[in-house]
Amino acid sequence: MALSRKKFLDILIGLGGFGSLAAFTYPIFSYLRPLPSTEAKVNTVKAGTASGFPPNSSQIIKFGRKPVILIKSESGEFSALEATCTHLDCIVQYKKDTKQILCACHNGIYDISGQNLSGPPPKPLQAYSVKVIDDEIVITTIVT
Amino acid sequence: MKNSLQSKIENWLDERYDLSPIRKLITHKKVPLHKHSVWYYMGGAALFLFIIQVITGTMLLLYYKPGEESAYESVRFIITKVKFGWLIRNVHSWSANLMVFFVFLHMFSVFFMKAYKKPRELTWVTGFLLLGIAMGFGFSGYLLPWNELAFFATKVGTDIVGVIPIVGEEIKLMLRGGEDVTGATLSRFFGIHVAVMPAIFMMILGLHLFFVQKQGMHEPEGFSKLPDEKKKYIPFFPNFMLKDATLWLVIFALLSFLALYFPWELGPKADPFLPAPEGIKPEWYFLFTFQTLKYLPSHVLFMDGELFGILFFNVAGLIWMLIPFLAIKDRPGWKIQPMTVIGILVLIFMIAMTVLGFIT
Ligand code: HEM
Ligand code: FES
Repeated sequence: MALSRKKFLDILIGLGGFGSLAAFTYPIFSYLRPLPSTEAKVNTVKAGTASGFPPNSSQIIKFGRKPVILIKSESGEFSALEATCTHLDCIVQYKKDTKQILCACHNGIYDISGQNLSGPPPKPLQAYSVKVIDDEIVITTIVT
Repeated sequence: MKNSLQSKIENWLDERYDLSPIRKLITHKKVPLHKHSVWYYMGGAALFLFIIQVITGTMLLLYYKPGEESAYESVRFIITKVKFGWLIRNVHSWSANLMVFFVFLHMFSVFFMKAYKKPRELTWVTGFLLLGIAMGFGFSGYLLPWNELAFFATKVGTDIVGVIPIVGEEIKLMLRGGEDVTGATLSRFFGIHVAVMPAIFMMILGLHLFFVQKQGMHEPEGFSKLPDEKKKYIPFFPNFMLKDATLWLVIFALLSFLALYFPWELGPKADPFLPAPEGIKPEWYFLFTFQTLKYLPSHVLFMDGELFGILFFNVAGLIWMLIPFLAIKDRPGWKIQPMTVIGILVLIFMIAMTVLGFIT
């Protein structure tokens, strides 16, 4: 039953082939994987003065690399929400006429508290906490 | 009459390399003449447009600078400062669209003539891969000017990959070069657009053309059943090639007209901190998928609507690619064959969804 010389060599070469395949796919694959972001996590951002912010309007704030939408309602209350649509990643806007949040990509609608009302978005927009300290707007992540 | 210098060179080469196989490959092919012969020109038209893409793309490369802070600025520089830069960019953009259009036309014409049947299965498969890469060229090229529209189209187009179970997130991360669409995404798309895809495209194109040249043109049923003395052909070389060249001139004229009178928009620069503009839409050849996704409810069976949509298009694409192996046999005596009906339904679906995508 002895392993023939040819078979033995075939197996040897096959193993070698597999080995070198693994030896070059693994580094290539690892090279292609992006590194995790090294930026420091932002927890608090100042967003200007409360008195200078007109009611029934909005502004997009840079929260680190993340866009956050800050809205002042007609009655003067602030709310801050993640501005990235929960559907497919577009950036939302506040509509003054309907007082709702619109995502123009596929007509997703949220209310001013971030609740998804209609269209494709599957989840509400995540909320941030907004405080006004000495007329200065301060947005912080809500730790859960 | 052969120029004597030319024949001298030919003889010189022939003596050393034996050109007869090449000569045979060029001259043995005959092109059948019948009432559907016009469709034989569509692949050639796509080929011509690809050549234009390579030339204009390489020219754009001389001034284009990838990068969040330089891509948009360099394209603006090309169209405002570089002499005839606007022309080169317009031609590259228009020709990209015409190329995809002709590839679609070519594919449906060979489908309806049933040219995918034995022995041309692999010609069909390679052709389908070329269509896929052409669309990939369009998707990756679209981002390169780093304008607002392209930015959101890429956000949506790459985010949707994330819905695929298990591997989706990983693929999305690899495509984007990070969590979000950033300069890293632009670098990756640039590399894919100007190096990876041209190399793969040319290899597959080489195979596709070799198969066609080797096997000759497919003869539709009505023609191949004719008695031999009724069959009319023209030689591929030089007759058909000259006719091909005539169509290329017509397409070139059309391309010049489009590039001169309908400049390609650049629009505002991408800003990751501005809301998506209203009315964003993908390029027309992705519109039918986009529109179909819109009509899907948020849940189909036990799946997410988007996931169902993606699976649907991928499976449909795979089946379409394997048509030569899966096709329903012709029914003798039927007025209209089952595969023809399927083709018509697919075409109607795609056209209807595209039109709906435009008007809504
Ligand atoms: C070797 C081949 C190619 C090279 C080197 C190349 C290179 C480039 C470069 C540098 C740009 C950015 C400049 C600009 O946006 O105008 C670009 C854009 C683009 N390319 Fe290509 N390209 C090639 C082939 C193709 C093909 C085959 C297609 C489509 C089927 C295509 C479709 C596009 C599109 C749609 C854009 C965006 C045009 C725009 O909005 O300006 N490219 N290409
Ligand atoms: S990305 Fe917001 S609705 Fe689709």
